[in-house]
Amino acid sequence: MSASADTVAVVVFLALFLLISSLGFFATRWKKADLGLLEEWGLGGRRFGALLTWFLLGGDLYTAYTFIALPALMYAAGGAGFFAVPYSIVVFPIVFAFFPKLWSVCSRNGYVTAADLVAGLFRNRALALMIALTGIVATMPYLSLQLVGLEAIFAGLGLHASVNVLGHEMQLPLLVAFLVMAGFTYNSGIRAPAVIAIVKDILVYTTLIAAIVIIPAKLGGYAAVFDAVPTEKRVIPPAPPGSLGPQFAYATLALGGALGLFLYPHALTGLLASSGPDAIRRNAVFMPIYAFALALLLLLGFMALAAGVSDMPQFADGFARFGNLYAVPALFNHMFPGWFVGVAFAAIAIGALVPGAIMSIAAANLFTRNVYRAYLRPNCSQAHETWVAKIVSLMVKVGALGFVTFFPETSVVQLQLIGGIWMCQTLPAVMMGLYLKWLNPIALLAGWAAGVGVGTAMAAATGFKDSVYTLRIFDFEMPCYSAVSALVLNISISVGLSLLLPATARAEPAGQREAAA
Amino acid sequence: MRDARSGGLRRWVNALLLVPCIAALAVPLYNFDEPRIFGIPFFYAWQLAWIWLGAGFTWVVYVVGWKDRDR
Repeated sequence: MSASADTVAVVVFLALFLLISSLGFFATRWKKADLGLLEEWGLGGRRFGALLTWFLLGGDLYTAYTFIALPALMYAAGGAGFFAVPYSIVVFPIVFAFFPKLWSVCSRNGYVTAADLVAGLFRNRALALMIALTGIVATMPYLSLQLVGLEAIFAGLGLHASVNVLGHEMQLPLLVAFLVMAGFTYNSGIRAPAVIAIVKDILVYTTLIAAIVIIPAKLGGYAAVFDAVPTEKRVIPPAPPGSLGPQFAYATLALGGALGLFLYPHALTGLLASSGPDAIRRNAVFMPIYAFALALLLLLGFMALAAGVSDMPQFADGFARFGNLYAVPALFNHMFPGWFVGVAFAAIAIGALVPGAIMSIAAANLFTRNVYRAYLRPNCSQAHETWVAKIVSLMVKVGALGFVTFFPETSVVQLQLIGGIWMCQTLPAVMMGLYLKWLNPIALLAGWAAGVGVGTAMAAATGFKDSVYTLRIFDFEMPCYSAVSALVLNISISVGLSLLLPATARAEPAGQREAAA
Repeated sequence: MRDARSGGLRRWVNALLLVPCIAALAVPLYNFDEPRIFGIPFFYAWQLAWIWLGAGFTWVVYVVGWKDRDR
């Protein structure tokens, strides 16, 4: 620990962090059931009511990395970084309209993952495997980013202690946090993050309310905060002639994010753990409370700009190491007394444990159900299946920890960017497949491959730095989120080829095609 | 099992879900610094407001079309 660490902040932080994360170990006793079943360990027996789902999804979607990275984006890019807000506005009507049906089909047939669903709908093992692998590959860097968020918090507290592993520095505080998360996930499954999410939210909302009241007051009000942002960054720049311009990019980033969010295994796992369609619909109504909190959080990026934290000598080290990711930790350090810095940082750090646990559970469910049981041990017992999932959830986390230790942070961010593009490409098979009986699995596989290939190529063309790729049609430019343009191609191929290919007899599990309305 | 009138109303009500989506994605509608609302540029104020309005529209769809119906 370095001498610059504020002792009060560190003590408050550690006390809250250990107290709240230890709740995860007691979660086995709650809604008691046989944790040797994958539907119990991995989905809590699909019994989480509307309110609990609200806490779980809130903790699941609004992650530690979100808390750190999105304000950092505002700090660097200005208003163009605000797209997470229209994204949050669009995503919940989508959830309301389409996901209750997905829950019903999955619950009726005992599906635990999106790949289970696709395997059941199309009876095509290759397509299901690709959906499963897409989910696993997209989740890994996302999980690693949670650890990056934790690192920024530990640096903000001045906690520096590392051991040398094969020539790379491994942060000890990160290792401890990792062990705690691995322990309660293995032990309690999804019940652990559900319990922790409730207590975590109390800290998060306390921190946010304090931040949005106290910080602007110290900076001379909201008008002063916005005036500190350069005029050209305050709104999105106008389109140059012959182009749809950055406003189009903004809208497609919001739309693509919203379409992809609940295809992510961790988000889908949270939804499937709910008690039913009504709980999902009620959540679609009340989740925007988190969206509003997120919007206020984004504005912290502007507050960091107005406070001028990047020019303060005491934060120079942090900015040198983490870049703009250090903006929020620096702002809290500058504005809050030591004890409250501890509270705020504990809120964010525990905010990494909830999604981290759910992501590793979701990836483990996918591997166990759709790779291990589908290909390696088709006749394994349920207890054996759950045991494999627990082991895989540990391996996934070890992988994420290794990733942040041995690879530069930029490559984690780049992989996350590609993961977002790939995840969107499962939409035709998972969501359209739920509604359109006549889609052909071979066509969906071709569409998926084209979407993933073209999406990756577009990201590569920007050097994996920008999720927006400018399409040129004659002399007209369309800067578009690559996930969306790749999805348009994917859907065209999936639908077009399905119409051309001879109709296949599609298996329909009993009762699956009951009218939804 | 339901009569045509209530089925028609439900379908019509569901269309309300599109309203917040359009309001959020039609960027040229709100991409302005002025007017400011409580010091907040219009760009931000509009989007902050639509978080609540969007929840409101979804709530209306829920109460009119889906409450107390399991599927």
